[in-house]
Amino acid sequence: MADRINEDTPPEVSFNPVIQPGHTFGSVTEKISAIVLTRKTGKGWIFGFFISFCLTMALFFALSYLLAKGTGIWGINVPIGWGFAIINFVWWIGIGHAGTLISAILLLFRQSWRTSINRFAEAMTLFAVSCAGIFPIIHTGRPWLAYWLFPYPNTMTIWPQFRSPLVWDVFAVSTYATVSLMFWFVGLIPDMATLRDRSTTRFSKIFYGLLSMGWRGSAIHWHRYETTYLLLAGLATPLVISVHTVVSFDFAIAIEPGWHATIFPPYFVAGAIYAGFAMVLTLSIPIRKFYGLEDFITMRHLRNMAKIMLATGLIVGYGYMVEAFSAWYSNNPYERFMIYNRMFGPYAFFYWSLIFCNIVAPQFLWIKKLRGNTVALFIIAMIVNVGMWLERFIIVVTSLHRDFLPSSWGMYYPTFWDFATFFGTIGLFFALLFLFLRFLPMISIFEMRTLLPEAEVREE
Amino acid sequence: MTQPVSPQSPMIYGMMAEFVNPTDLMEAARRAYEEGYRRLDAFTPFPVEGLAEVIGFKKNRMSTIVLIGGLLGCIGGFSLCYWVSAIAYPINVGGRPFYSWPAFIPVTFETTILCAAGFAVLGMLAINGLPTPYHPVFNVPRFALASKDRFFLLIEARDPKFDIEGTRRFLERSTPREVSIVER
Repeated sequence: MADRINEDTPPEVSFNPVIQPGHTFGSVTEKISAIVLTRKTGKGWIFGFFISFCLTMALFFALSYLLAKGTGIWGINVPIGWGFAIINFVWWIGIGHAGTLISAILLLFRQSWRTSINRFAEAMTLFAVSCAGIFPIIHTGRPWLAYWLFPYPNTMTIWPQFRSPLVWDVFAVSTYATVSLMFWFVGLIPDMATLRDRSTTRFSKIFYGLLSMGWRGSAIHWHRYETTYLLLAGLATPLVISVHTVVSFDFAIAIEPGWHATIFPPYFVAGAIYAGFAMVLTLSIPIRKFYGLEDFITMRHLRNMAKIMLATGLIVGYGYMVEAFSAWYSNNPYERFMIYNRMFGPYAFFYWSLIFCNIVAPQFLWIKKLRGNTVALFIIAMIVNVGMWLERFIIVVTSLHRDFLPSSWGMYYPTFWDFATFFGTIGLFFALLFLFLRFLPMISIFEMRTLLPEAEVREE
Repeated sequence: MTQPVSPQSPMIYGMMAEFVNPTDLMEAARRAYEEGYRRLDAFTPFPVEGLAEVIGFKKNRMSTIVLIGGLLGCIGGFSLCYWVSAIAYPINVGGRPFYSWPAFIPVTFETTILCAAGFAVLGMLAINGLPTPYHPVFNVPRFALASKDRFFLLIEARDPKFDIEGTRRFLERSTPREVSIVER
């Protein structure tokens, strides 16, 4: 085992490994596959899974009650018809974006440091999209008819409205979920073969054997595999940009003050990546600690993620400024009132909390010492997670609650069921994540092997 | 199998040499190809750049498949939007034209990506012949290390130059860790 370098003393710039020295093909394989195959299921895992499982049950309870009673159990009403469902949808789908960014865009840019975090970032994407997908469906009011959103020949001879961003959303989110799943699964195939060959019990041999699909690592297979993986990355890159763009169209196409802005697509995409990296940091800091993976998820990874978070946070800050500026510059009384009401109206507290969480807090990441401090990074990432949720709250609620006619103004108060559904999806997300950590390799084993110096073919 | 594939023995699939690093495997593969062996395969725990070319792999058709998928998705998605909005179910919304193509772009884009990615994944699996639950190479006990840290070169018995003694002697010249016969 390699000597571990003390993580809290930042190494010099010239010595910034993506994998600690001393590892071999065998040690990398053993270390990662042992977490799944031989390591005893820890008490921490059982406890964490128990909590998230209970929350998942709360989600199912809230959803069942919703099906029985209808959306009246939520705080939504005229004029705020969107409420928590859409806030949570946008929040979750945004979190998913970092996974695709890490796995696809950083692959195309040949950022080898992405290797040890891409697998669980992709898993995070899938689970976040699963949580996100629940909300628009239950928000339709009659979720058992949600399949009406898809174009299929039916006896009613009606078809979806393809000029509506809500239909675009259906296509964007379902494509995103499908492509992310395929991308993740393709990445898993060679590692499934590794686990199949390391399995000691019959059950796990069959389980991983089925998932590996008989992968044997033939050079010709690898050649096609690599091309496919690269092409998928090339396809996922514009896809991830398009998904949050389409989500922002849900707002921007409407003529609501505060929504009808051209800054929305870029600022939503930046916000999604910002939120996603905050979530990756939130997850990877405890995971590397509990599973002893500091050799693979090194301080370089955390520092790089902190830098991306800072950069995208600044873009988000620019978005807020442009929103305020264009409201003023438009000379439109409704837009001007909207921004004034946002800053000093009944939801001012949330607006200024949002500014603190998303703009002020990440500025500490300019300090190099804090970027190398896991506790500080974790706290800042948590603040950003909260901030990005507040951002969606502000966008949805403050625009809707006071628009053109003062006679139709109102306030939004979420109910117990709103919170139960929201925290329930957090439970679902973590329950899926715990299962993933237990049953699948959280770091891509074969890609880690390629990072070792001995993986190079030396010319004599 | 009823038809014997090799004159020596119908029970032999080929011969396999095990190496401890990719450099040795690459060298052995290059020599085998130069020697005239054509039915070769190599097995590695991670993709090794240039190895497939060394054992005679030429045409990678993946990009063509993905292009076809993308084009089908693009044409299909746009046609769907057009047919639904202009022919099957035209709705007049504020006098906007039925054939309002800019509004069809997002859906067209998504179906393009979806079909291209679907063709990429299913195409890759199909050409690679996966899933293949059984394959003769798995009969070699040490082959389990091909997914960990060992590198294997296989010469199939159906290669015209294959000959148990001759091929074994040839493979042993590359100083492998072990040479073993792959049974069916």
